[in-house]
Amino acid sequence: MGYMTINNRRVEFTDEKNVLSVIRKAGIELPTFCYHSELSTYGACRMCVVEDERGKVFASCSEVPRDGMTIFTNTPRLQHHRKMIIELMLASHDRDCTSCAKNGVCTLQALANQLNVSNVRFENYKKERPKDTSSDCIIRDPNKCILCGDCVRMCEEIQGLGILDFVSRGSKMHVTTAFDRPLSATECVGCGQCRIVCPTGAILIKRDMDPVWKDLADKNKIVVAQIAPAVRVAIGERFGLPEGENVIGLLVAALRRLGFDRVYDTNFGADLTVMEESKEFQERLASGGKLPLFTSCCPAWVKYCEQKYPEFKDNLSTCKSPQEMFGALLKEEARANADKESRKTVVVSIMPCSAKKAEIKRPEHFTAGEQDVDYVLSTVEVSRMIREAGLDLSNLKPEAMDMPFGLASGGGAIFGVTGGVTEAVLRRLVGSHGQETLEFISSTGIRGEDGIKEATVNLDEREVKIAVVNGLASAGKLLERIKAGEAYYDFVEVMACKSGCIGGGGQPAWRSSKAKKSRADGIYEVDRTSQIKISNENPIIENVYNGILKGKIHELLHTR
Amino acid sequence: MERIINREALEKAREAARKEVESSRCRILICAGTGCLAGGSGEIYKRMCELVAENPNVEVHFGDGIAHGEGDIGVHKSGCHGFCEMGPLMRIEPMGILYTKVKPEDCEEIFHRTIEKGEIIRELLFKQEGKEYQRQDDIPFYKKQTRNVLKNCGHIDAEHLEEYLATGGYKALEKVLFEMTPDEVIKEISESELRGRGGGGFSTGYKWTQVARQPEKIRYVVCNGDEGDPGAFMDRSVMEGDPHKMLEGMMIAAYAVRAQEGYIYVRAEYPLAIERLKKAIAQAEEAGLLGDNILGTDFSFRIHINRGAGAFVCGEGSALTASIEGNRGMPRVKPPRTVEQGLFAKPTVLNNVETFANVPMIIQEGAQWFKSIGTEKSPGTKAFALTGSVKHTGLIEVPMGTTLREIIYDIGGGIKGDGTFKAVQIGGPSGGCLTEQHMDIGLDFDSLKKIGAMIGSGGLVVMDNNTCMVEVARFFMNFTQNESCGKCVPCREGTKRMLDILERIVSGRGKIEDLDMLEELAGMITDTALCGLGKSAALPVMSTLKFFRNEYEEHVIDKRCTSHTCSAMKRYIISPDRCKGCSKCARNCPAGAISGKVKEPFVIDADKCIRCGACESACAFGAIHIEW
Repeated sequence: MGYMTINNRRVEFTDEKNVLSVIRKAGIELPTFCYHSELSTYGACRMCVVEDERGKVFASCSEVPRDGMTIFTNTPRLQHHRKMIIELMLASHDRDCTSCAKNGVCTLQALANQLNVSNVRFENYKKERPKDTSSDCIIRDPNKCILCGDCVRMCEEIQGLGILDFVSRGSKMHVTTAFDRPLSATECVGCGQCRIVCPTGAILIKRDMDPVWKDLADKNKIVVAQIAPAVRVAIGERFGLPEGENVIGLLVAALRRLGFDRVYDTNFGADLTVMEESKEFQERLASGGKLPLFTSCCPAWVKYCEQKYPEFKDNLSTCKSPQEMFGALLKEEARANADKESRKTVVVSIMPCSAKKAEIKRPEHFTAGEQDVDYVLSTVEVSRMIREAGLDLSNLKPEAMDMPFGLASGGGAIFGVTGGVTEAVLRRLVGSHGQETLEFISSTGIRGEDGIKEATVNLDEREVKIAVVNGLASAGKLLERIKAGEAYYDFVEVMACKSGCIGGGGQPAWRSSKAKKSRADGIYEVDRTSQIKISNENPIIENVYNGILKGKIHELLHTR
Repeated sequence: MERIINREALEKAREAARKEVESSRCRILICAGTGCLAGGSGEIYKRMCELVAENPNVEVHFGDGIAHGEGDIGVHKSGCHGFCEMGPLMRIEPMGILYTKVKPEDCEEIFHRTIEKGEIIRELLFKQEGKEYQRQDDIPFYKKQTRNVLKNCGHIDAEHLEEYLATGGYKALEKVLFEMTPDEVIKEISESELRGRGGGGFSTGYKWTQVARQPEKIRYVVCNGDEGDPGAFMDRSVMEGDPHKMLEGMMIAAYAVRAQEGYIYVRAEYPLAIERLKKAIAQAEEAGLLGDNILGTDFSFRIHINRGAGAFVCGEGSALTASIEGNRGMPRVKPPRTVEQGLFAKPTVLNNVETFANVPMIIQEGAQWFKSIGTEKSPGTKAFALTGSVKHTGLIEVPMGTTLREIIYDIGGGIKGDGTFKAVQIGGPSGGCLTEQHMDIGLDFDSLKKIGAMIGSGGLVVMDNNTCMVEVARFFMNFTQNESCGKCVPCREGTKRMLDILERIVSGRGKIEDLDMLEELAGMITDTALCGLGKSAALPVMSTLKFFRNEYEEHVIDKRCTSHTCSAMKRYIISPDRCKGCSKCARNCPAGAISGKVKEPFVIDADKCIRCGACESACAFGAIHIEW
């Protein structure tokens, strides 16, 4: 608490942990590459340097604000240094900007432009390194890397994985995996959080736009889209719409114009998941089955658990994820109608996630030799396709989803945010259905941004202990505690990405935690305005259980 | 050794050790520092041991503790004597004779003449300006020094605790444990104004005060033995030659800040230092000087050795602690500082070897004594590794404030050969150059900082007129770039670009604008780099540019290297009046750079010439010569 002078103006500071935050609070957008409020302070890009009244230059990200401090942020000397730092970064960077996937959304490009860097006086000395395209989810292009270390810290600190790290010294330093293995040969879970923080095109989501374009143009194919809950509150950002605004109607309209034959809601798939997962949980509780029951909607978490804690494999719910349940159902329907419809059904999931791209290729997600979901497109890819088709989301008129699978409950909608799966399952399991009950469930402590959230709920006279895990590093901590007998739970929800799917690796990168908060608000808004709150009250659910799913529930909706 | 359980037992052990050392009729100390070992001192030690064994008249237990009993001859491996230029060295006590450049075949003569009969072998004595020096202490190289930290180096057998005890070892530890409170210890060190010998010159007492003030009770004492400056070996010599002195300093620090564990981070390139430290720690543990309830008090302390992984940057505090923790050695942003959150995020005292080695003396002799040496703001002595174009290279220790002239001419014996003094590079890759105009400035932390250099860890490289200053700058920049951890952009990319430019200049492809670019980059790096190493990375270039700009200009404008160092500046020229036109040179030229008509003078195309010299050696008429 105190005052400091920034560029001759008095600025108050309260609990800001560094000078940079105070400067930004004062409305000066000091550039940075390596500073992220969620990650530890790394201090490597040196873009946020400031000067004090005695001419001492220091990085504002790593200086604690002191009362009476006087700093300048934009002296000719600092301008020179920042420009030169950018120039040096550009000089050893693959500057093939025009064909780069990050063209227009690249921080390096933006800052070079913002700081008026007009000349690069050095030759690129770097030897070209091969791209790593081995992963189903992520592409790494070391030639675009500026060594800010954001991916390294994200993977280590937030996700607890440490797949990427620095190798070699001096100008030979680069980011790679242990023993330089291809990403596919590592324990990378494909969450894509590294891509979210990467300021350049060094880490990208694998693109599956081309085959989808081809199928969309194919007269012999029915292309069905399903849209995940978190996509609708994020994609608008790419078209200049407000952060967190639910643009599902606009998205549906756009997808139809791209040529999708049907547009359905993955929220419906989520309703199916709630039905199955609740049932499984009740059965495990009743029969003394393996507890805690771990949710299985998040493929990054499932891979993490299988790799790192195989002893907990049986705790994972046997339920498929919403997109896979839905995919299996759609394909089953197509198979049942094969005599009436000669065109082949192609299921395309539109997901906020990069790990989903690997999920669809897992053997348990094939039915009758057929892949349940054919393609996963990330939010970002879909926004690119819309733009490629010459459309602007903000100029369209909203349209409704196709029926019958365009109808979903609020319980399905909140799958997109941390704690949502738990909340939806509790709605299903807690006896009464009134507004009070809904409010009670939402206030048990399962909402919010904490890494590990705990709640205790009474279900059928039994105290059920619940944990909601937000981010993989927290998952590791929780599992260690369970292993050591220091904690006991009956039900554990894990979402690999912080904040849940709204913060997924396939989403438009957010600049502040405020953006993610808006997305969460958007999701809860969907729930608040939906007439159906609880999955089992969705009439379509009853239809499918009595129709297509009859006798095939386990085969279609479960992994084992 | 028997466990020493209390103060009295320690005094007794010390007394016993002293008696044993004194009882030796003769002690032969063979330098087993890394330099002399490389010169064959291991062989000399073995030969002397054999000779003593072959002599039936005396009973000796050489190499295994100090010589026992009346009339014995002790043969010992000592630490570095410092006079490395003259190694391998052999000191014979009690006479104090120093034999230089000893070879294994000299041993027999030494044994039979000097040891048996007390005769001096004049050929092995050190000579300077026609004068022979029998006693080590009379040699100007030693006489002009003030050897406090290095006092025992070369005089005791570094592999035995008893030898250290015999010199009054662990008296300071005894004093703090039984006569001083931790706060009094910190007060004494603060009053002495001891400043960190690792380069920064930060107040040791203040550092300790800050650690002692932390609420966190788990604390560490870490010794930085990652001496990475090219050519510097002060810390190595202390670790090899007097390891217990440093351990004692660490123990006193631990007592003062109430730390429980200590780590010594030693370069992996110092295997001998690691071995001697391991032995010293084992001996101290066995004797009860390390471990639980030291000397029967409630002070407990343990020391671990951590081998470095070969990175220069690990000499930086936060990179060093990261490395001990098993992480990549990269400096991190501060705050939190090491004193608040150092090793394993606990409050940590991090000092270098020489600093710790000063501590027992300060405790023993008092802060006032310490302040009586050196300058007001930089009291005490400083060890330097004196190398380069000076007659007597080696390890020296002088009071702070000693002038360059005294060091180079009085101790170092002046410039080697017929060269003339040009500059001194001080502080290694983080330091700068001092020239003739700085000859009479007293060397201390502040005076050097003022002239754009730093004491660094204490490397002094003397350069004569045969040294190219541009090449010197290139050498250090190459070192810095290779050793940059790569974390921050200014150091990683900036030093790379400076190196590229310097390489271009020494290869004759420099432009005058390159000098401006060097200055531009240097300014940016100095202002913005993350750690101390980065901030000082440009110093060697900046100071050479400042004092020797003419040399840079000669390189870029005239394409000349006046010190005849940069081979790219060489020109092979055929004298037309001597050339007979035989074409032999052209036929021998691997680059096809020579052409001409037979029987007429040939010419060399300088652009094609690769300066291999094949033509010069092929010419039978001496018609080809080099121009610079």
